[in-house]
Amino acid sequence: MAEKPFDNHLGIKGWAVGGSWSFERYLYTLHRLTGLGILAYFLMHIFVTSARVFGPDSWNALLGEEGFLRMTVFKIGEYLVFAAFGFHALNGIRLALVELGFLVGKPIEPVYPYKTCLHTSRAATAALMLLAAVVIVMGGWEFFLK
Amino acid sequence: MRHSRLWTWHIFAGLVILILLGLHMLIMHLAKFSPNSLNPAGGEAIDWANVVARGKMAFFMITYILLLGAALFHGLYGLNTIIGELNVGHGFKKFCGVALTLLGVALFLFGTWAAIAARGAAMGM
Repeated sequence: MAEKPFDNHLGIKGWAVGGSWSFERYLYTLHRLTGLGILAYFLMHIFVTSARVFGPDSWNALLGEEGFLRMTVFKIGEYLVFAAFGFHALNGIRLALVELGFLVGKPIEPVYPYKTCLHTSRAATAALMLLAAVVIVMGGWEFFLK
Repeated sequence: MRHSRLWTWHIFAGLVILILLGLHMLIMHLAKFSPNSLNPAGGEAIDWANVVARGKMAFFMITYILLLGAALFHGLYGLNTIIGELNVGHGFKKFCGVALTLLGVALFLFGTWAAIAARGAAMGM
């Protein structure tokens, strides 16, 4: 039987069960899922919005008051994309800050009870996720209640 | 070295998207909180009259193209990174890298054409 090229790689299974079981593990998985969802929407969005080149009839057939994409199912889908954007953007800020060396604190001796960089950044993580929740709720109000 | 350079561009593109897509979301989905001048015809942001009004502004044509490029790179490079971490062969990963690059270039050319042509059409109205 041929060996897998990278036996230490867990693949997609690793998104759910690999690494630690911390809050950041779930943010990691959600970041990837929302990223893939936004990408799928965006690729279609390029073609949908290009309808404006062909004039009002073309645009209104898709996005006018009676347009195909104004059906409730698409509106809910669009809100999910908006919510995905709200989360992905705010979590992306956290990831970029950590990548650039912010929020991780200075190296310390590994003395029990161990403290990792995740503990150092957790307050900022909570604040950014709270902000994401505010953006998602504001969008929901604009989408469905205004 | 090449991947660390591309990863830096991935983060930089994310920052560009954060600003431009944030603005786009503000105009399209949080209209109550955005300036009226961006939806001058009133009503909904996607009403044809508002689309034409924004289409006449060079600012939107330029930022649409910038956003298109940044989002395509960020999204497709992100997808390529995910594929790179899967348990699949090097040949398949290489094929995906080339295919995603070609897809990104083709969509960028198409979207850029649409942004420029839409402005031309809006100016003629």
